Amino acid sequence: MTALRAPAPVPPVRHGAVESTASWSRLDRIGLALCWAAGLALCAICAAILLFMLFKGMQFLRPALLLSHPLPDLDQSRTGGFLDPLIGTVVLTVLGIAFALPIGVATAVWLTEYGRPSWLARAVESGIEIVAGTPSIVLAIFGLIIFQEHVFGFLSFTAQGGSVFGRSFLTAGAMMALLAMPLVVGATREALNAIPAHVREASYALGASKARTIRRVLLPGARGGIATGATLGMGRIAGDTAIVVILLGASLQMQHGDGPPGYRILSGTGSTLTTYVYNNSPAGEGNAPDKAYAAAFVLLVIVILLNFAVGAIGGSERRVAWGR
Amino acid sequence: MRRMLSAGTWTDQRVERLLGALACTVLALIAAMVVFVFAKAWPSFAHNGLAWFGGGGNVDRQLAAIFDSPSNPQDYVYTLHAWPMLYATALLSGIAVICGLVFALLCAVFIVEFAPEPMRRVLEPAVRLLAAVPSVVYGLIGILVLVPLVGNHVVSESMKRSVAYVVQLDGTSLLVGAAVLTVMVTPIMIAIVVDALRAVPRGWTEGAAALGVNRWRATWTISVRAARPAIVAAAVLATARALGEAIMLAMVAGSVGFAPNPLDGLLFWFEPARPLAATIVDNAEGLSVVPFGQTIYAFAAVLLVSSLFLSLAGWAAKRPLKRYGLAAR
Repeated sequence: MTALRAPAPVPPVRHGAVESTASWSRLDRIGLALCWAAGLALCAICAAILLFMLFKGMQFLRPALLLSHPLPDLDQSRTGGFLDPLIGTVVLTVLGIAFALPIGVATAVWLTEYGRPSWLARAVESGIEIVAGTPSIVLAIFGLIIFQEHVFGFLSFTAQGGSVFGRSFLTAGAMMALLAMPLVVGATREALNAIPAHVREASYALGASKARTIRRVLLPGARGGIATGATLGMGRIAGDTAIVVILLGASLQMQHGDGPPGYRILSGTGSTLTTYVYNNSPAGEGNAPDKAYAAAFVLLVIVILLNFAVGAIGGSERRVAWGR
Repeated sequence: MRRMLSAGTWTDQRVERLLGALACTVLALIAAMVVFVFAKAWPSFAHNGLAWFGGGGNVDRQLAAIFDSPSNPQDYVYTLHAWPMLYATALLSGIAVICGLVFALLCAVFIVEFAPEPMRRVLEPAVRLLAAVPSVVYGLIGILVLVPLVGNHVVSESMKRSVAYVVQLDGTSLLVGAAVLTVMVTPIMIAIVVDALRAVPRGWTEGAAALGVNRWRATWTISVRAARPAIVAAAVLATARALGEAIMLAMVAGSVGFAPNPLDGLLFWFEPARPLAATIVDNAEGLSVVPFGQTIYAFAAVLLVSSLFLSLAGWAAKRPLKRYGLAAR
């Protein structure tokens, strides 16, 4: 019987196979064209920014700029380089992530592994969203208000009259930690959620307590996620300007604060590459566009490297898969 | 460490309490933020009442008067009508988010559905990179490239002369600010929308295709519609980001507290506008003058409340996604 004849073989569907648009209505074709235009425009903008900054960086960046201290001078040839801002960026980034990591990881572990009572967990979750959505300029103002209280006087300068300056690497780092924390929490939670339940059960079956399971099994398993979050957070900190302008004082050179040696850098003020760029742009006092371009190029390279590092960490993380 | 763990100091209950306490510091911080910022900003609001949010007079002159107020606390000047800055904030973020949303939607659909594989491999890092570029770099490109371009070549001399007695047109303008802001908020929206579009079950669009609908229609009517909550959330979160953008706008949108007037026609786009966040950065040196600092804290308080509500709205908008199991997380 013809009805029982085997069906004609279905041609294999290629994913992303191109469907001819000849039969589409004009409106649909315009829509598709707009999509292409948007995608190409995005590539063009990205390439334009990258190439422009690369060109300007090659044009203005000299090794001497990286190695000399900035100096106040009216003559542009004698205002020095940006060694201090570069060190400032590194110090602030490390400090910020050092504050953010413990709290961020603890929050993520509590949210995924405990999360009781559930209303509190939901409140914490939305609280993290709120912190993520708060503009950094508001965080900076909050930091200034808090750290000018006398209790926190040890963190920064104290003026003759007893008023606390409130501006130092420590105070700026603390607020930077708030900026990076949501990223750390998000990445760590994702990594913890990706660890299957049977891994936890196996650990309990061997007699390990929950705390021990977290310490010996879950945290090592989530190492990749934690590293991703930390790297993203560092990129965010390195690129932020508002907190540095308000909370670090944005002084040209690093000014040491009070306290034991070593601590003096942390309780002192300084600047980072972002404020150096801002101050040397026509909007700031310095107005030395070529130095601003050079510093912006270095900053962009740091941020892009951090982002590539995220990709590399993500790649190695995928290799450590937990059985099927 | 191992001995400590087994010795009973780190019992499960203690660990739970410790971790819970650390997690709850976030809530305490938010509460402290709202309380402290409002407490510090209160004199500015109290002296002006609702007129704080209204217009009238020249904002920059009012700010200068507050800065120069006498040192005697009884004589502090607080009079301020912040409307031009509120208006500039709303205008800039509104324009940027609306333009950015259309652009981001098209890009996201392109990335998920239509882009050929090599193109996709370029686009994804491009989006990540645009999101990672620091705002000061955007500001630098804006102020050194776009502002002179607009100021010297787009705005004609006669246009400048026609408004010279009100405001100077030098290229730092609403147009440049909105354009750069659009580029800054678009990647955030693309990332959220792409995640949501990817999570739409393939069967839904395949079902539509099986009924003879072409790919564009299937995407537009099925995937995009299913991802609607994500699109709302993306717009809300991008608005929060745009509201708080300070450095870039302080650099390219002008340092004059001027409210651009839509009735000026084409000129509207070339008029300067300075939003709240940029005002804070511009006046960072004056914070130690008590009444001036309190006024600046009031700007921060307004920003804090609006971003708080926007974050909560974004969080609420994303919830239906979770119900359908469409959320990436």
